[in-house]
Amino acid sequence: MSNSNFTRRGLLKTSAMAGGALAMPTIYDGSVWADAHAGYLNAPTGSTVTLGFNVPQSGPYADEGADELRAYELAVEHLNGGGDGGMMNTFSSKALQGNGILGKKVEFVTGDTQTKSDAARASAKSMIEKDGAIMITGGSSSGVAVAVQGLCQEAGVIFMAGLTHSNDTTGKDKKANGFRHFFNGYMSAAALAPVLKARYGTDRTAYHLTADYTWGWTQQESIQAATEAMGWKTANNVLTPLATTDFSSYVAPVLNSGADVLVLNHYGGNMVNSLTSAVQFGLREKQVNGKNFEIVVPLYSRLMAKGAGENVKGIFGSTNWHWSLTDEGSKAFVKSFGEKYGFPPSQAAHTCYVQTMLYADAAERAGTFNPCGIAEALEGFKFDGLGNGETEYRAEDHQCFKDVLVVKGKDNPTSEFDLLEIVEITPRAQVEYAVDHPMFAGGELGKCNPGA
Amino acid sequence: MDVIILQLLNGLDKGSAYALIALGLTLIFGTLGVVNFAHGALFMLGAFCAVTLQKILSLSFETIDPTKTDFLGNPAKIKTPYIESWFGPELGSSIIDWSVPLAILFAIPIMIGVGYIMERGLIKHFYKRPHADQILVTFGLAIVIQEVIKQFYGANPIPTPAPDAFKGSFDFGSLLGFDPNVVIYPYWRLVYFFFAALIIAAVFGFLQFTTFGMVVRAGMADRETVGLLGINIDRRFTIMFGIAAAVAGLAGVMYAPINSPNYHMGMDFLVLSFVVVVVGGMGSLPGAVLAGFLLGILESFSSMNEIKQILPGIDQIIIYLVAIIILLVRPRGLMGRKGVMED
Repeated sequence: MSNSNFTRRGLLKTSAMAGGALAMPTIYDGSVWADAHAGYLNAPTGSTVTLGFNVPQSGPYADEGADELRAYELAVEHLNGGGDGGMMNTFSSKALQGNGILGKKVEFVTGDTQTKSDAARASAKSMIEKDGAIMITGGSSSGVAVAVQGLCQEAGVIFMAGLTHSNDTTGKDKKANGFRHFFNGYMSAAALAPVLKARYGTDRTAYHLTADYTWGWTQQESIQAATEAMGWKTANNVLTPLATTDFSSYVAPVLNSGADVLVLNHYGGNMVNSLTSAVQFGLREKQVNGKNFEIVVPLYSRLMAKGAGENVKGIFGSTNWHWSLTDEGSKAFVKSFGEKYGFPPSQAAHTCYVQTMLYADAAERAGTFNPCGIAEALEGFKFDGLGNGETEYRAEDHQCFKDVLVVKGKDNPTSEFDLLEIVEITPRAQVEYAVDHPMFAGGELGKCNPGA
Repeated sequence: MDVIILQLLNGLDKGSAYALIALGLTLIFGTLGVVNFAHGALFMLGAFCAVTLQKILSLSFETIDPTKTDFLGNPAKIKTPYIESWFGPELGSSIIDWSVPLAILFAIPIMIGVGYIMERGLIKHFYKRPHADQILVTFGLAIVIQEVIKQFYGANPIPTPAPDAFKGSFDFGSLLGFDPNVVIYPYWRLVYFFFAALIIAAVFGFLQFTTFGMVVRAGMADRETVGLLGINIDRRFTIMFGIAAAVAGLAGVMYAPINSPNYHMGMDFLVLSFVVVVVGGMGSLPGAVLAGFLLGILESFSSMNEIKQILPGIDQIIIYLVAIIILLVRPRGLMGRKGVMED
């Protein structure tokens, strides 16, 4: 005698239900699939989907913000099937068809971050709540990126970071809903250090001037560690208020400090002004310990180089991307952008364009706009053809890993755009770090929040 | 010791910019009784006079060079400044190189004109209104001027170098018995200091030794009595507004090579300059100059690492801290007169 409750009728019922459940994805059409994931914030119901572009449209980074916005508009045009398709033609993933995202036409709203955390959060909030933005992207400051990333995590939308270079964005402040394509301070230092060693030797003493906020601190920590590891000494690290315009009183003490290298952990207007002061004080002609005095700017951008004028000539730094790259993806992007706007794109424009493409592609592959579905599609995603060679979105911290460019201010520019020359393309393996690296420690990625 | 001398020089240099802006602010306040929050914008406009003249002098025509390509692979367009084709490459490039000093001549009529239009067109309607209204309207005007400049020139700083002859540094230390190249100071910053001193002396001389200046000073002391004597004091005060605008503008022109001008530079100086005016004593011209140099020097010394290690962040608050202390000890400022802004 058996004690089993197993009956033939019960077995048939269970088998039918299991078979039906397994067959569901092949039976349901796209709309039913989307409905199955409808439990998320701002699920698009009509024939359009709205993206929120949150960039500095006023304040000191307005030019960078304007370039980001141009890139976003170009990306939207390409996603909707307009123009020449740009990087969609070179992208290794072929999920995008030029018919919007998941068949919905892409529309966008814009916000002004003013490069202020509170203003950036307010404009992102407004785009999410009032305009129904399904994703927020943009920014030209790590302070802003960290603040908006936190807001997007709380609200339940994806944040595709624009230009943010602090280790903290995908370090202690990382969030499950946030993704960064741009490189970071650690990567800059890891790429730059061997080049500096080859050019300037191992017997050097560096003096650091550092912008007093999250990006400056992590950039300085990274470059100090990398240069000390190759034998350099650190004479001093002086924190400079972000609002400083005249750096003369910070540069003057460098003169007789015994240092023979000045590292300017400054960005944007800060970098332009500190470099100008350093050049005015004759540091570039100075000899210390029998060696030429050198200046290093760990994070470069073409727009900054333009502001600093002749002063950047011969100065080393790093960058995420440069328009002079000759891979097919970069060429396609420069052509699309250049023909539309009449000048080559900046690295800020590049990362913003790529982030929009990556988001759209992830939505297509996931078959949903649900942030959790998109996060899953982006985590561990490997791709190529977007200008940086083979790239991977690491699942554990949502940071892209790819090659890094070491650049130098060009000695003989041939045009107003030709300001930086690529000295070396540092391979990804050299700039990669463990997830639990001390410079990225603290904070939890947490779980994705779909908002609803 | 060398660091102290360098910071003293830095302080004098910064102080000369503060003093020039504060001098103009005080002139306007002393004559017209207006608290002009657009004064920083006038300083910025001056710097953009230098940028504009540099752009005018660099106006170029394009020729196609088939041997070179642009970023899209099309034949490259080569730009040649008109001035170089008219006067030859050598003379033409030296004229462009000297655009900042030349901009002084360019800026004076423009800034006097801007000041005159501002006063006649807007500010005169606010003389009898409360100071809060004046602050609001002039602050609004400053934002409008900023946005107009941003529209035309963008938000990024625009490099405006000093002439090649002033590049490099002067070895100050060798005069004081130091080793060579220990105490050096950029030539252009020294030029700025002496230029500021000259302008300050010229303004004081103008007010002290000319009939016009005497009438203005009399008007500042007792406007009604001067009016009763049949002198059109309002007209003179309008001219003084133009002169104050020109002083701010010239401070801006000469500042352009020190920090690449951007549309926001006026605001960066405005708040500090107001603190300078208040510390110096509202309405006191010598007070404004004295406080400008004093706060400039204090700011420089507080940036020294030795001081920041003892008092972290002191460089960000020193000016306000000193302002509070001075106002607690001398509520009218260093050289303030009784009755100014006191009902």
